[in-house]
Amino acid sequence: MSEQKNQIDEYRRSFLGKGAALAGLATLAPGVILHTVARAKPADEAITGKVRWGFLIDANKCAENCDACVRACDEENGITKFGRPETDAQWIRKVTLRNKQTNHTINLPMMCQHCAHPPCVDVCPTGASFKRADGIVLVDKHICIGCRYCMMACPYKARSFIHETVTDQNPDVPRGKGTVESCTLCVHRVDRGETPACAEACAKTVEGPAILFGDLNDPNSEISKRLASEPSTAVRADFRLDPGVRYQGI
Amino acid sequence: MKEMLHYREIPGKSAGYYAVLAILGVLIALGLGAAYYMEHQGHHVTGMNNQIVWGMPHVFAVFLIVAASGALNVASISSVFNKKLYKPLAPLSGLVAIALLVGGLCILVLDLGRPDRLIVAMTYYNFKSIFAWNIFLYTGFIAIVAVYLWMMLERRFNKFSKPVGFFAFIWRLILTTGTGSIFGFLVARQAYDAAILAPVFIVMSFSFGLAVFNILLIGIYSGTRRPLGDAVVERLRKLQGVFIAAVLFFVTIFHLTSLYATERHGVMKFILDGGNVYTGLFWLGFVLIGSIIPLVFCLLNGFKNSARWLVTASVTVIAGGMAQMYVIIIGGQAYPLDMFPGYEVSSSFFDGDIGSYTPSIYEVGLGAGGFAFAIAIVLAGVKILRFLPLSLANSLVDPHYHSEERSEENETAAGEQARA
Repeated sequence: MSEQKNQIDEYRRSFLGKGAALAGLATLAPGVILHTVARAKPADEAITGKVRWGFLIDANKCAENCDACVRACDEENGITKFGRPETDAQWIRKVTLRNKQTNHTINLPMMCQHCAHPPCVDVCPTGASFKRADGIVLVDKHICIGCRYCMMACPYKARSFIHETVTDQNPDVPRGKGTVESCTLCVHRVDRGETPACAEACAKTVEGPAILFGDLNDPNSEISKRLASEPSTAVRADFRLDPGVRYQGI
Repeated sequence: MKEMLHYREIPGKSAGYYAVLAILGVLIALGLGAAYYMEHQGHHVTGMNNQIVWGMPHVFAVFLIVAASGALNVASISSVFNKKLYKPLAPLSGLVAIALLVGGLCILVLDLGRPDRLIVAMTYYNFKSIFAWNIFLYTGFIAIVAVYLWMMLERRFNKFSKPVGFFAFIWRLILTTGTGSIFGFLVARQAYDAAILAPVFIVMSFSFGLAVFNILLIGIYSGTRRPLGDAVVERLRKLQGVFIAAVLFFVTIFHLTSLYATERHGVMKFILDGGNVYTGLFWLGFVLIGSIIPLVFCLLNGFKNSARWLVTASVTVIAGGMAQMYVIIIGGQAYPLDMFPGYEVSSSFFDGDIGSYTPSIYEVGLGAGGFAFAIAIVLAGVKILRFLPLSLANSLVDPHYHSEERSEENETAAGEQARA
């Protein structure tokens, strides 16, 4: 009798123990998995250099008349146009390249290349241009004095000066007349564990995805695997700025 | 009896003096108005855009900043190189240097996207930026030249004017190196990215600064009817000639070096043989009007001893200098970045296109206002403090001057001093 009771107790104990372990796993696992998968970080956690965000852009998949990435960027970042192309801001643009010898034509999107050694950061007198530990190059809108020296220094023509008052801003993307801005790699989305708007929009196109977003430091990320197995290049690689944006098909 | 140099304020009571100040005041007011309008509307009302990010204000500002350090040359020649003839001119040289720099900086600051953040520029520094260094070089220059002026004007401290002057001389060389390096350090732009730009800017400063100094000196002496002897005029004329030749030499070497590198053929053809506004400004503005014509005035004996020809030469040097600044600053940006070598590039963001730029009235207004402010500082300065000798007659400035012409000039000088 007592033996039987002991067996039941043991069974109960083991059941409770395993149940508790399962429950614990069920509670923690999604968080752990999500954290590992998306590398989303809580708002109060510092950015680290363990990750380096970047794009791999396949120009062969970039269709001539498609501007899904540009439209997505404009919408995400609240970039309104004033009908003045020479002074309107462009964070991402479609560029057409024609080989002078062969006439072969390529299309590709150009944006801030998020260099590891950004000339814009070097020349900025106040330090408003800066590079985050995770490789994203940004402008601190609070200390940019609007001198435009960064625009002189950028080899990629990536930056725009805000030439007039901007309204209807996206709260995540503060902009202001008289300062310089450029692609932020949708830092507000990346910090939430999402991908940049252009990459997301490109993935939904028929031809795409031409823009792949990922962690260049993680050897197991898709971007790193493809960079390791397929040929790619950086624009003006001779400057040795180590851009975070790499291209295929040029 | 040994004649003495007497430094005195200019009377500054004539209608002419106030008329000049009034004209300068109007220009300054227009400049301030233009700056206010540009800041209020945003820079889209200017000719500047995302392709040509630095425009006419920068042409004026860089010219003035470069000329500022050059204007100090006259004082340096006196203090550092012990040339007696330049000594009476040294205080004015320091004043002009400070005034030109202040005028240039005002333009630069008022053109910023956020001029209200000047305090940010003064408190946040990125020491890898040559711009940040320049903030120290410019403010330091003003402070050092102010001390230098004090040493020169306060008789008790005269003995310190040589070491302070030497320090100021070194500082102004570094300052112009810094200004030239703003462009020289831009690796991505083919029109710049050359170490020789620093010495080019230094020699340009010698020439442009002296030209501004000549006009102010001769203008003030003629306006106040103080005697200005041929000895001074002739020396300044020769010096100006040497500086113009030096600028021409360095600019030639700069272009020759660039012409040798195949990758720069495109940008050099664009500037030197592009059939555009920059080509015209370079050959007609800088080479012909700004160099060859004033060289003739400065070196040929037919124009000897003439203050009028020296002023004419100086005006053409300034015009040519402004043209050269336009070619360097705006022409250098107008040529497209070579982002994809070997490809013809096009986009809605003007990739591969020659940048278009038409200076707006506001930019010119701001630039002219800053120039006017610099001149106003000089004119006010010479009225408030004793910057200028009552006479720069030959006998006073040059101990070896021919004695026959002496007596006549002595009388004038003595009379003037008696009146003061």
